[in-house]
Amino acid sequence: MKRLETGGRIDREAPLSVSFDGTALSAFQGDTLSAAMLASGVTVVGRSFKYHRPRGVYAAGVEEPNALVHLRDGARHEPNVRATTTEVFDGLTCTSQNAWPNLRYDIGAVNNLFSRFLSAGFYYKTFIGPFRNSTRFWMMCETFIRKAAGMGRGTYLEDPDSYEKRHVHCDVLVIGGGAAGLTAALAAGRAGARVILVEQDSELGGAILSDPVGSDADNWRISVTKELGGMDNVQILTRTTAVGAYDSDTFVLIERVSDHLKAPENHQPRQRFWQVHAKRAVLASGAIERPLIFGGNDKPGVMLAHAARSYLNRYAVLVGDTIIVATNNDTAYQAAFDLGTAGANVTLLDARQSVDAALLAEAKGAGVTVKTGHGVLAAHGRGRVSAVEIAPIDAGGRATGPISRVPCDTLAISAGWTPSVHLWTQRHGKPGFDDASALFLAAPKETDALQTAGSVNAVETLEEVITQGFAQGAEAAKQAGADGAAGICPAAFAARDWPHDPDVIWGVFTRDGKTKGKAFVDLQHDVKVSDIDQAHQEGYVSVEHLKRYTTTGMATDQGKLSNMNALSRMAEQRGLRVPEVGTTTFRPPFIPTAIGALVGHEHGQHFRPTRLSPMHQWHVEHGAKLTQAGAWMRPWYYPQSGETLTAAYIREAAHAREHVGIIDVSTLGKIAVQGPDAAEFLNRIYVNGWKTLQVGRLRYGVMLREDGFVMDDGATARLGENDYFMTTTTANAAKVLGFAEHLLQTAWKDLRVHVTTVTDQWGTIAVAGPKARTLLSKVSDADLNREAVPNNHFVTATIADSPVRIHRMSYSGELAYEVYIPAGFATRVWERLIDAGTEFDLSPYGTEAMGALRIEKGHVAGPEIEGRTTLKDLGLEGFAASKKPFVGSVLRQRPVLDDPTRPTLVGLEIEGQVGAKAGSLLFPLQGETQGHGDGWVSSTTYSPALGKYIALGLLNNGKQRLGETIRVVNFVGNETLQAKVTSHHFFDPEGERQNG
Amino acid sequence: MIRIDCPICGLRTETEFTYGADATVTRPAMDETATQPWVDYVFNRDNPRGWHLEYWHHVQGCRQWLVLERNTLTHEVGSCRLAREVDHEAS
Repeated sequence: MKRLETGGRIDREAPLSVSFDGTALSAFQGDTLSAAMLASGVTVVGRSFKYHRPRGVYAAGVEEPNALVHLRDGARHEPNVRATTTEVFDGLTCTSQNAWPNLRYDIGAVNNLFSRFLSAGFYYKTFIGPFRNSTRFWMMCETFIRKAAGMGRGTYLEDPDSYEKRHVHCDVLVIGGGAAGLTAALAAGRAGARVILVEQDSELGGAILSDPVGSDADNWRISVTKELGGMDNVQILTRTTAVGAYDSDTFVLIERVSDHLKAPENHQPRQRFWQVHAKRAVLASGAIERPLIFGGNDKPGVMLAHAARSYLNRYAVLVGDTIIVATNNDTAYQAAFDLGTAGANVTLLDARQSVDAALLAEAKGAGVTVKTGHGVLAAHGRGRVSAVEIAPIDAGGRATGPISRVPCDTLAISAGWTPSVHLWTQRHGKPGFDDASALFLAAPKETDALQTAGSVNAVETLEEVITQGFAQGAEAAKQAGADGAAGICPAAFAARDWPHDPDVIWGVFTRDGKTKGKAFVDLQHDVKVSDIDQAHQEGYVSVEHLKRYTTTGMATDQGKLSNMNALSRMAEQRGLRVPEVGTTTFRPPFIPTAIGALVGHEHGQHFRPTRLSPMHQWHVEHGAKLTQAGAWMRPWYYPQSGETLTAAYIREAAHAREHVGIIDVSTLGKIAVQGPDAAEFLNRIYVNGWKTLQVGRLRYGVMLREDGFVMDDGATARLGENDYFMTTTTANAAKVLGFAEHLLQTAWKDLRVHVTTVTDQWGTIAVAGPKARTLLSKVSDADLNREAVPNNHFVTATIADSPVRIHRMSYSGELAYEVYIPAGFATRVWERLIDAGTEFDLSPYGTEAMGALRIEKGHVAGPEIEGRTTLKDLGLEGFAASKKPFVGSVLRQRPVLDDPTRPTLVGLEIEGQVGAKAGSLLFPLQGETQGHGDGWVSSTTYSPALGKYIALGLLNNGKQRLGETIRVVNFVGNETLQAKVTSHHFFDPEGERQNG
Repeated sequence: MIRIDCPICGLRTETEFTYGADATVTRPAMDETATQPWVDYVFNRDNPRGWHLEYWHHVQGCRQWLVLERNTLTHEVGSCRLAREVDHEAS
């Protein structure tokens, strides 16, 4: 292995500092990490997944199964990075994976000796029995086995980089910047279509980049790329991979904006996620070379023939001195010729019995020795290939004659090409099988927006690749509505053809059809030919089962190299043809994709929108501790110097009962219900009646779901003849609105009603406590005497020059009002109340104290209205009208919901000085505490009014159990309390205080 | 990742919408007192293979409920109409 003095697409003026396992590599700008490794004589890059076999660079692109490394250190550390697609940068550090203590002496390699115990189905067979309850034991073993058999290690540090998302539309998306993709983009661009051309490499050209610099192919590439670069309507995205094709012709691209740098620069994201809506797309994703199968085909020094050619022509790295090229097709000859011309001693073994005479003559001219009808039976060598066993073979790939041993240092292999139909199958399902080429190909319909062009269609000649790309690009543009002229297709350059061969030999075997030594189908997951055989012997016939049993194709490379060979072996074993065995389904993403790119900015505080009350800033400035309530941030409590949550909420709740408190309840859902049939609408959606509600009044209401369970509750005020103002709980605001809209737009189209959310238009302050009336009378111009504004009435008024509506209603159980204020004035009114409240000893309170107050009153909230409770369960059945139908009125009467033993709402007075935990289970005083118990605790608090801990709960047959002492068991905290079952109306059950 | 051609807002991406319900079932009339029609409406659903009618809600757009034709097998999307303009036999 050596770097040549001249040639390649590297910049010899720009040497870079790159290290692997602490050793410096020879690297230049333009190298990939794998090229730098090969140029520096690195033979072993990693140890294999299961058997810890030494592995080297196998490919030169995304299909690489072996050369996976830990890239970078610290928070940017990334595991399982393919060295073959990693562009080197100055300061690059990487280390080997899955080897301990180091690559050369890897203790895990002992697995190689025990391989017969680690074959297909190892987990399924091992982790059962032999003794009872052995699951726990095996789970412990698994920890060690997983450690030994594994991929790279991730980091637990937070990702320091940012990622962003873009949503774009285009006429034609061209996937792949090789010969077909370039001409497709050219034709579509000339026609005037808005084109996006995506190429995963850092440069356009595809396979042409593996042709020598200055060749006809390279000049062709430069000329086409230049024309494309001059088109304003063509956007070229390099370092960008189309990873997914979805419904409605939506494509996901991942652009690696900064991965070729040590760290992102100029505030750029690390990667960019593109969601592209394309009217038409041309898939020109090319094909991936397939390995030949034989014993020891995984040894360092074995690599794909065109990878060897790429390293030579693109990176000026000659991968060996004595090279054997083993193939079954014409295309590998080009690699052999180029390697021979570069100075290597090359022997080519062609599995076919006869080869075109012109090709043989050309080989002779290039100094390449060709042996037809020969194959490699096994590769040998410690650490690296040093010799191969070759033998004459028959048409089935079986050795027929004497085996000879030939020394070599590199084995370049090619068993043909597999079209990259991944994206097409993601979008349209299983590919079709083409008998002429014996390959799975896309089968697009004319109406499909996703077209295909070039080698992905297994096109045989370069001329056809180019003309097909051009024609498909022109067609895509036309279908997308661009009507310009595509002009003349660029002329092709000379290239080697890819003649189809339906009878390809995919592996070389002994006379009895076995491989000589371990022959790997799936290199990354260490799946051998013998594992496929074993699965067959054990009765696996479905290709999907075979895949999961052997794990072939399930590694990070998703079987890009292994799929066809595994299918071929299975077909052979079953005596079927490959299409009869079928193929598995490709799913996104095409390559491993950073979660960060999928997440974009939507993490941490940006995971979802945060909703803030119009008075939020005041709470923050006055030291409120905040809590999350759905998307809302709400004041939880307002601690006085050093106060804990418990001390604060008890103080705040007690204060509201003694003096006066205010709380920001702007988060309540608010819906304007307007129209001539508004009363009828309310009458249908609420369980109680609404036809008699007069203007100026409001009423509490409960609504059910269609299935008869309680959905929500709240008060609705009648502002005018046809104008109602509904409030919902904070949590259910969106659900209630969507439900109302559904009913009005589908089943109740005859009702002349419009519903609109006005949640954000109104700030709301609840004023509660014995001094509430005095305070509001001082700050407003309203007459709030109990005769003027009794409970469930409202008045309009002015506070601090702001128009407000004052609803008299109580959630706390105290004399209380809700003040509705246009949102922009809410803080001003709040501040006015605070200022004026000094003389009344006003204190703001948070959601924790609000909870304490409502539990004391026995009002239900989210923990009780949780989707499984009925009106009767919650003691609300008295609200249900009997003479009118309403949503849920029929299904709520199902006999099963009428069962008297159902859990019903009760109060619990906890004995002792410790409160119950919500979610604790309720059990009778005597007996076992097993199973689900007799019910559960839903809400819990300390009650300052009662001077004890109380809770709400749902208890089987609860109404009949008042006075009973039960156990409250918290299995999570392993704590048992005793409680007395009481009415849930703990405090002031007659409501004298709120009616005062 | 389907796209829906909302009659009010035009062709919009799926993330603006939420799926609502099966649009082939008809809500019983308000004065229906028998249990079975309500059980059928709330619980009983066919699970069709192929073209189907679904209610989708343009929650992040015009807030209209839509009746969308969607193929459960291929995810193809067909016509999209305003629910208020689609007639059901019963109501």
